[in-house]
Amino acid sequence: MKREVPVFICMVMGLVMIVQFFVPHPVSQAIYQTILKWLIIVVTFAMVLGILSLARLHLTKLRRGDKDWFYSLVAISSLFVTLLTGFFNFKITDSFIIEGWKVPFSFFTISFASGLAAGTPFMNLFEYIQVPMQATMFSLLAFFIASASFRTFRARTPEATLLLVAAVIVMVGRVPVGHMISSAIPALSDWILVNPNMAAKRGILIGVGLGGISMALKIILGIERSWLGGGGE
Amino acid sequence: MKEILRGFLKIDRRWIFLFVLLGVLIPLATGKGLHHSYPGNEVKLVYNFIENLQPGDIVMLSMDYDPATIPELDPMSRALLRHCFNKGVRVMALTLHPAGAGICIAVIDELLAEYSQPGINPDGSERPARQYGQDIVFMGYKPGTDAVMLGMGEDVRLLFPQDYAGTEIPPYHGDPKETSLPMMCDVKNYNDVKCVITISGTRMPEYWVAYAYQRYHVKIATGVTAVMFADYYPYLQTGQMIGLIPGMKGAADYEELINHPDRGMVGMLPQSIIHLLIVAFIILGNIAFFIVRREDKQEGKKGGKKK
Amino acid sequence: MKNKWLLLLIGIGMAIVVGFLSKFTFYSTGEGENMVMHNWLGLTAAAILTLGIFTFLYKDNPFYKFAEHLLVGSSAGYTLVIYFHNFVRPNLIDAVVNGFKKVGEMQSAGTYNFVDSILKNGGIWAIVPGIMGFLILFRLSRKLGWLSRYSIGFYMGTAMGIAIPVAFQASIIEQVRGTILQTATTTPTPVFNLDFFAALIANPSWSAFVLAVSGPLVIIGIFCTLIYFFFSKEHTGVVGVFSKVGIWFLMLGFGASFGATVMARISLLIGRMDFLINDWIKGVILPLFGG
Repeated sequence: MKREVPVFICMVMGLVMIVQFFVPHPVSQAIYQTILKWLIIVVTFAMVLGILSLARLHLTKLRRGDKDWFYSLVAISSLFVTLLTGFFNFKITDSFIIEGWKVPFSFFTISFASGLAAGTPFMNLFEYIQVPMQATMFSLLAFFIASASFRTFRARTPEATLLLVAAVIVMVGRVPVGHMISSAIPALSDWILVNPNMAAKRGILIGVGLGGISMALKIILGIERSWLGGGGE
Repeated sequence: MKEILRGFLKIDRRWIFLFVLLGVLIPLATGKGLHHSYPGNEVKLVYNFIENLQPGDIVMLSMDYDPATIPELDPMSRALLRHCFNKGVRVMALTLHPAGAGICIAVIDELLAEYSQPGINPDGSERPARQYGQDIVFMGYKPGTDAVMLGMGEDVRLLFPQDYAGTEIPPYHGDPKETSLPMMCDVKNYNDVKCVITISGTRMPEYWVAYAYQRYHVKIATGVTAVMFADYYPYLQTGQMIGLIPGMKGAADYEELINHPDRGMVGMLPQSIIHLLIVAFIILGNIAFFIVRREDKQEGKKGGKKK
Repeated sequence: MKNKWLLLLIGIGMAIVVGFLSKFTFYSTGEGENMVMHNWLGLTAAAILTLGIFTFLYKDNPFYKFAEHLLVGSSAGYTLVIYFHNFVRPNLIDAVVNGFKKVGEMQSAGTYNFVDSILKNGGIWAIVPGIMGFLILFRLSRKLGWLSRYSIGFYMGTAMGIAIPVAFQASIIEQVRGTILQTATTTPTPVFNLDFFAALIANPSWSAFVLAVSGPLVIIGIFCTLIYFFFSKEHTGVVGVFSKVGIWFLMLGFGASFGATVMARISLLIGRMDFLINDWIKGVILPLFGG
């Protein structure tokens, strides 16, 4: 029952959603709209599950006193501070100005309200701490890709040569300097993107589409059951 | 010679990092920049579509990106919003990425401040001030990508009973004077919007095509990071997407088309320098590699003969 | 150990200062219409974090690990807050509360009936997915994890059922149609267009040649790429030849993607450098020294 009933629910819902796609009757549309609303609510909790799982991981590391427990403390602390500012809107009540510099003064009032408006502590933490850190983490990749292009990208085979030639043409053609060198470079770059690149990507898209449909059918028909999770129950 | 080239191939990667850093730092620090980006055809398709809209038309702008992709996608969001505000096209903004909520609030607040007074457009025409609720409404974030896209095809109020600040969305064809969001009186579903513009750093545009275009036949225009734009040419060719804005270059193209250079255009000179630098790295690395390999082979042959 | 505690204290202090005080820590440059407000505290905190993460390029260090975990925690917290305010509160809590309010109003007005008050009251029915969603959280428990399967079964079945027809339409039918017809134009034209060949013969030129040949090349490319991904037959003989051509097209496609990826990564670095130089150094540091 603990495995069969969920698989049955999965099959029924899958078949209902496939059939309703072809049935324009108002009853079918009403059922469709209700299921969509319910689906979003269920999906939200699934995403919250991921975050709770992360918190549990770090709390376990703290409890056990693992090697990098300090960094787990940092993660939990920042999670706590962000939640606090997000659920309670803190307002500082006064400030004064010295030679054009605005300096904070006085105490703050606390109210339970959405912290989502611009200028709230929650949004300030997002804008001045989360945004720069996340952006900078990804910007490190620029250095590594430059290093990799020198040290590892070798035209060892004709196929690899073709890849590198296409890459070089697209790289030069997609920046204004390519146009300044010669208008043939961006034209060639555009031709590669619109023709052979499009052909390859379409082949991949069709293949992925067919694979996705077969996987979805396997899940609906109960052939693929890995989503049930482990355990003998 | 071989030893020099071998040493060259094994150069500490921090020297390469330094070259890249200088290539970006110098043009930004000196303030030098390029003035033309030579807009691509795919960007012009989006620009022409918006340009041909009438004042009062509504577009849906879905800013589905996180802070990691701000440098590429923020400039194109701003350029698109400026174009819409200049034309008097109304915008229903939303995000399907949780981190997008904060970004959207920042972008919309900044642009509303910029357009808070009547002004003159780059083409010389006059425009009134733009206001939240009248010219743009931000619906906030909703999880459940496919369900949200399908739900909006029926009624946006199914998913968004309030805007991001908690203000109730007025009923369809309700009295605009009785609400602070009069624009939403004219929007029920995709039939009331001219197109959906999705700005995304993930696979979101594919979902928009699959769920919104295929089922409800609403036009889709896309702005994506440069990583992904090469993958969307099949959709352009079939007409599933009406246009494509690729990365920072696409943002610079759009800024040139609306005659308002911003962060996209600023990035074009360092981008060009680094691209040429990386091409040079690839060519030099391969030349050195082949010379070393040829000399190794020759030494190997000589060693064989001696035996 | 001391350094780590110091870092944590600095981090929490930074959060408090940036979060609570940055709104008020502005200074102005310029006068009148040209006045610009700069948030010096927030920008300086962002710049310190940015430079700290860049230190990873020299060597891995505790500051980078600290910043990494700070980001993980704050991103998780941010996501939870956004979910609550943008979804749980309006679509679940408010919906259920308003549903019960409606029942109360109908009872007070004497218009209560089971069908309108309960069956057709969407607000009250929102409790059902709310309970289903709550059951998903039991996935974290070893003993009661099986409870989550019912909700996940609902989610998987619905999502897969929605996905199958749309995937078929968007990824297969439209793409195959696009291989035969150029559908983005007002009047669809064939991809393999004999008119272009006629034009090439009538007025031979390089551009006419490219136009004529591109269409058939695309069809060959798509066909050969699909042959390459067919692994049920060994890639020898005729299949091997088509597969080889498919690889060439794939290499051109991946080369284009690689060039585009380089572009994307460089753009991200330009964004950060632009912030450091134009927003922080020129906006905060130089005015400090009268620049």
